[in-house]
Formats: sequence, C-alpha cells, structure tokens
Amino acid sequence: MTSRPSTLRPDLAAIAAHVAPGSRVLDIGCGDGALMAELESASRCDARGMELDGALVERCVARGLSVVQGDANVDLADYPDKAFDFAVLSQTLQTATRPDAMLDELLRVADKAFVSFPNFAHWRTRAALMFGGRMPVTRALPVSWYETQNIHHVTVEDFRDLARAKGAKIERSWFFANERAISPLGANWRAEFAVFELSR
Amino acid sequence: MRSAIDTGAAFPHFAGKMKAPFASNLYAIPQALPLDSGQALEAAQVAYETYGNLAADKSNAILICHALTGDQYVASEHPITGKPGWWERMVGPRKPIDTDRYFVICANVIGSCMGSTGPASISPDGQPFAMRFPVITIRDMVRGLVALLDGLGIERLHAVVGGSMGGMQALSLAANWPERAARVLVIASTARHSAQNIAFHEVGRQAIMADPAWADGDYYASDARPDNGLAVARMAAHITYLSEEGLTEKFGRRLQDRDAKSFGFDADFQVESYLRYQGSGFTQRFDANSYLYITRAMDYFDLAEEHGGKLADAFADSRARFCLVSFDTDWLYPTAESRHIVHALNATGAKVSFVELSAPHGHDSFLLEHEQLDRVVKGFVE
Repeated sequence: MTSRPSTLRPDLAAIAAHVAPGSRVLDIGCGDGALMAELESASRCDARGMELDGALVERCVARGLSVVQGDANVDLADYPDKAFDFAVLSQTLQTATRPDAMLDELLRVADKAFVSFPNFAHWRTRAALMFGGRMPVTRALPVSWYETQNIHHVTVEDFRDLARAKGAKIERSWFFANERAISPLGANWRAEFAVFELSR
Repeated sequence: MRSAIDTGAAFPHFAGKMKAPFASNLYAIPQALPLDSGQALEAAQVAYETYGNLAADKSNAILICHALTGDQYVASEHPITGKPGWWERMVGPRKPIDTDRYFVICANVIGSCMGSTGPASISPDGQPFAMRFPVITIRDMVRGLVALLDGLGIERLHAVVGGSMGGMQALSLAANWPERAARVLVIASTARHSAQNIAFHEVGRQAIMADPAWADGDYYASDARPDNGLAVARMAAHITYLSEEGLTEKFGRRLQDRDAKSFGFDADFQVESYLRYQGSGFTQRFDANSYLYITRAMDYFDLAEEHGGKLADAFADSRARFCLVSFDTDWLYPTAESRHIVHALNATGAKVSFVELSAPHGHDSFLLEHEQLDRVVKGFVE
C-alpha cells in the first residue's frame, strides 16, 4: 500500500486500499482516471477504464492510461467473462439504465466488484423530502431532479436487497459522511456515500 | 545514405513537371518481397525520410504510415508541390511526436509513386511495370515497411502511428508482426473496407480507366496522361474526406467570381471550383496507376478475413498498447469502425484506449488543427 497521502475521493481511496496489488482492474466511469493512476503507480495494477465523456477520456489517454470511450450500459458486453480481478463502478450505478443488469455484468467480467453510490436515505435527503416536499438538492446530490444524471436513486438497504436478489455476496462495506469514514451503525441514516465489495 | 533519384527516368510522367529532382533515402530490399497474391516483387526499393536521431539502443523509433495519397514527406517540404510536410503540425521538434526525443521514420508505400517501387517504376525488362505490376495488399505494403525496419536494424518500434490507410498499416503490423511495435496508434481508420468504401474507390478507378489517355495503363512513354480521369477520381474521393457540414460552412451555395449563374457548365459554384482545383493539383504529384493499385489494396483490406474471420484472433499474440481515435463527422471510416476494433481488442484483453473526438471537418480532421488530438497523440506515444 502507498504511504503517501492520497488525494483521492474517500470512496475511491477505500477502493484503492483494498484492491490487491498487481490485480487486473476495470474502472467503469473512471472520470479523469484518478483511481486508475493510483492503482497503476501504487499497486502496480493493470488498470483499464471506461468513460462516457470524451473530454475525460482524452485526459486519461493524455496521462498514459488505457481508457475506452463507451457507455457502460451497452459496452460492458464487449468484455469476456472474468477478464478482470476487480470491476469498479464508482458513483455510476444510480445513472445506469438497468442497475440490476449492470450488477450482473460487473460480476460477469470480474471476480469481485466495488460499487459506490450516494445513499438516498441519508438523513439530510430524508429531511429535505419530508419537510421541503421537493426532490432533495444536497451536498451529495447537488443537481436538480430535471437535470441530474441520477435516474435510479438507491439507498444502502435497497442495495443490500439487490445484492441478495442477485445472489451476490457482500464481502465488505464502507460508509462515508462529511468526507470521512463512519461506522456501519445506522448507515442507512448516517451515510452520504456507501462502498460495497461484492463477489459471487 | 541519401541519394537523388533520377525522376526523369524512373517517373517519366513527372518529367518536366517537377520543381526540382527530389531526394529521399532509398532502401533496396535485399530479398524478393513475397506478396499476398502469391507473386513476389524482385529488387523492390523503399523511399523514406527520417527525422530526429536513433538512440544507441534503437529503442526510440516511431514509424508513421501515410494515407492513400500521402508519402514519406511527413514533416518536410514536398519536393513537387513545395508544400510543408503533410503532418508537420504533429511531427517535429517539441511537437506531439517530438523529433527531439524520437527517431521518426516515414516511408513511401510500395505501389506508390514517390520513390518506392510501384507501377511507374522500371521493371527488370527495362520498361515501366504499368499494369504488369502485381496487385498488392495493405499487408504487402507493411512487408515493405518491415523490410525497411530490418534494414535499419530496428527490431521493436516505440510506436507505429497511422491515419486512414496509415491506420490500416498500423493494424496490419500489429496483427502480423506483433513483436515489432510496443504502441499502436490508429486514427480515423478501419479494419475492413465497407461496400460503400469500395464503391467510392470503384468510381475513382473507373474514372481513370475511362480516360482514353489511360491506354490500359501504358501511358508512361506517351505525352498524354490520364490526368482528366485521375482528377475526377480525386474529386469524388475528396468529397468523402469532408463532412457535409464542413462543405456547407466553407462554400455554401456561394458563386465563384461571378454575381449570377452562367446558365452553362463552368464552375459556377465555389465548391465546383474547389474540387476542380483539388483534382488538377493532384495530377501534378500522383500517378494514375498508383491510384488504381493503392485503392485496390485498401478495398482488399479485411483484417478479420486474414485471421480466420474473427478480428479478435488477429490480435491474439499482441502485447502492444493500442489507441484508436475517430472523429464524429467522419463518414468514410465512422466511429462504429473504430469501436469494432476496440471490441476485438477488448476481447483479447489488449491494453486499448479509444476516444471519439469532435471535429467539423469529417475524415480529413486527422490532418487538421485539433488540440485534443495533439494531446491524445502526445500522451499515448510517451
């Protein structure tokens, strides 16, 4: 593991810390490639990425990463079974056309999957809906309902249900609020973001 | 070795048209070059240019493959037109492909007409090959390039880079000589020619062959050359290199040097005048028979077919890193063709990057100013 201070987002830092060195990793929705770069430099991983936004892909390629511009909803089908040790889906599940199908794809292309998402049942979201009577706009969900890419809002408990329904085993989980890790106690109320490690 | 070519003898159709005799490095391939057709090319030579210095361990060589009507003058003045190199904005000192760091090689493909052996070259019987030149393929062109690399003692390229037909050569090199390149950059290209691609090329070939001056390809000793046919071929092809949006933006329906339509068949519209200029300019620097042979090679290109029908199998032995770039307005080799290649590379577990860049100018975008392309190329080759 790296000893230098990580500048990664907390959910990505948790993932980076738990990917075994030298692994083959597919980062779906890899953004500017921050996690991939960390995995390649600190853990000598063979990291590949998929990203929808061409400008972000260009930045990844310019920094020497192997990233394919593509839509995870359809282009994951390109990859053979178990081509990777780990698949990473960070804050992308809630934008998927069919999150359930995407979960299947993650566990088809990789042995294990890390999935992170904003928890829609965080108390701030609940309060905004309950007292404001409008779709919440919070720190974790900063975009109005009509322009957000999040079309499938999900809670910690919803995700656990989905994993169970899909026969996926939850290996580990991490929860975050205020940019810091918190205990799993009452996570469905207290966590702004959640990270799950799944296997099948 | 730098030797002047007596163009008057080797390229009679250029005699008297050239600004100056052009010089290029020439590599004589020591053995017969086997061809996909089953024939072999004896005593073939490859004309090439180099830029920068080859490192002592020969690890810093980048091969750039040119497109259909391109040549070895990637970053130096064209000896016939006097224009800057065709990719000078990409290749040079401190450019995205930095010749202060890399030894850049660009060779004229066999079948072409800028010094490498082609239909205009003199055959062993002392006469130009003309249509006796064997039909070649993209892989045959790459055989010529690999022979050159052997001659230069370069076992493994730092990168092979190509746009359009150059991209086909880069793919062919990666598939057939997987140990020869560590990085493969393919821009605005395809792994196979589509029916539409073949159709446009056939229009061009028929235009050349319908020109009486073509004379079954045997025009080198004659004063008349099939310039009209070649110009029409170029005009038709040139349309496929541009986007409708780009043409509209550049020309619209504007008239050329006149206030009203002539009710005749002069070049009333600017776009007509532009195409005629492109067509006639092209005949000054290109051989009609070379155009036939090279378009045929492109039409025959189907990398999957060469490898049992499955494109992924073409890359089964490759350990290279790949990068594919397409342009959103390129309808000649559209993004779907690049995605098709990416799909195959993913299936083999190859390290591949792919990006579709936005540009208004269609297929030709890869040759034009494009900062994002510069960054992708620079980032990938480093």
